[in-house]
Amino acid sequence: MKHATIGFTAMLTASSAFAEAVKPTDVVFVDGAVETSLSGVAGDPASGAEIMNKGAGNCIACHQVSALSHLAFHGEIGPPLDGVADRWTVPELRGIVANAKVMFDGSLMPSFYRTEGFIRLGDAYTGEAHGDGEVQPLLTAQQVEDVVAFLVTLKEQ
Amino acid sequence: MHKKTIAICSVAALVMMPGAAVSGPDDDSLTINDEISIVTEVEAPAHAENLSTIYSGWRFRSDETQAFQMDDFDNPGMIGVENAMVDWETVDGTEGKSCESCHGAPEDMAGVRAVYPKWNEEKGKVTTLEMEVNNCRETRMGAEKWKYTGGDMTDMVALISSVSRGMPVNVAVDGPAKSTWEQGKELYYTRTGQLELSCANCHEDSYGMMIRADHLSQGQINGFPTYRLKNTKLNSVHARFKGCVRDTRAETYKPGSPEFVALELYVATRGNGLSVEGPSVRN
Ligand code: HEC
Ligand code: HEC
Repeated sequence: MKHATIGFTAMLTASSAFAEAVKPTDVVFVDGAVETSLSGVAGDPASGAEIMNKGAGNCIACHQVSALSHLAFHGEIGPPLDGVADRWTVPELRGIVANAKVMFDGSLMPSFYRTEGFIRLGDAYTGEAHGDGEVQPLLTAQQVEDVVAFLVTLKEQ
Repeated sequence: MHKKTIAICSVAALVMMPGAAVSGPDDDSLTINDEISIVTEVEAPAHAENLSTIYSGWRFRSDETQAFQMDDFDNPGMIGVENAMVDWETVDGTEGKSCESCHGAPEDMAGVRAVYPKWNEEKGKVTTLEMEVNNCRETRMGAEKWKYTGGDMTDMVALISSVSRGMPVNVAVDGPAKSTWEQGKELYYTRTGQLELSCANCHEDSYGMMIRADHLSQGQINGFPTYRLKNTKLNSVHARFKGCVRDTRAETYKPGSPEFVALELYVATRGNGLSVEGPSVRN
């Protein structure tokens, strides 16, 4: 019990410095949307734009984005994202990026903030089994917020 | 040759390039060495129920890549075929035999590629060409097995394919192979890995579209082995499957595993009616 109290205090101290991220398993979806920030820290659109291009995001593998037209090779699997902020609210965009399959049943779009329910989960792109370690989501809570902050800039009206 | 068509096509492609994406297969047609005409588009077989037309992967490649396959002198995959011709007539193993001792000329294998994978009555299971090659090596020649996706093996499969070029793929769906086929179909539609993508998501739902820099084909295997400009060697079917599964951030199956044999059987039958094309050239 004593330990628990100390632990709790330590956590409180920590959270005053860094906001606690919502765990992938604790995200609450309402009609596919996620109301509250996953990281508690405002997203950085510039970092979001980077994630759109490479690494675990690589959104333009499937989507065309005119604002990123300086980057080569945009895919066509998903709809172009121009004007996406006119079509969706921030909570909806957050929900789509976190887990598009809640908004769009059976979507081809990967779930970027989910850690459960995969078949033959691998260890990144090695082709080997993932093993027993903790599963990391494709994007961190902050990366999701950064991507959402970028998407919010995609307005046509 | 089709040099003129190619030139015109590339200009069109350039004009379309900025922003606009290439969609669907192109309209080019393939004749190898001015004599072997290749069917690259045909009505889908009934058991490929979600496709109306099937296309060879050749139709989704750039004109430059396509051109490599039009003449054996330009096709780098033919080097593997030549290597295998040496192995074909070279005695190996304790029995003092070569492939030639039992099978005669490589040309006598014409038609074989077109019907594999196939039910093997004696073994009581579906076997691939690679498994048959190793079966001959081990039990008939007393030679060592080749690695399933190794260079010797893939070259030999390329040789056996090359003598069937132009013949229609005709892999049996029914009969004793049926349950293996069903297993392969199940695998084809299973969404694997952290990206949760199935073969069908990319090669059935999205063929003709771009995924980043790649123009998605139907993932047909009539052209295997494929010489890939990317890794500058001949690639076997199971090596390609492995790469695609790995790209979904999944644990892959092993080349030669029962799962990949079943998947190969299923994918092969989705190409029934296309011509055998291997060794083909892809990027
Ligand atoms: C493998 C393909 C794929 C990837 C990768 C992908 N998406 Fe999507 N996305 C789709 C598809 C397909 C849809 C259409 C929804 C549906 O019907 O499934 C979609 C829909 C969307 C929408 C709604 C668009 C609209 O106009 O309604 C947004 C926003 C979006 N994606 C953002 C992203 C972001 C941000 C990333 C990367 C972090 C990403 N996507 C990565 C396939 C993808
Ligand atoms: C994330 C998308 C994706 C998934 C999922 C995927 N592939 Fe592919 N596949 C590709 C791309 C990209 C290529 C290269 C371009 C092309 O030929 O389509 C390719 C190529 C191939 C080829 C070579 C075709 C040729 O003409 O040389 C075969 C065969 C193939 N895939 C089979 C499969 C099978 C079987 C599965 C499932 C086990 C699968 N793929 C899953 C993206 C994918």
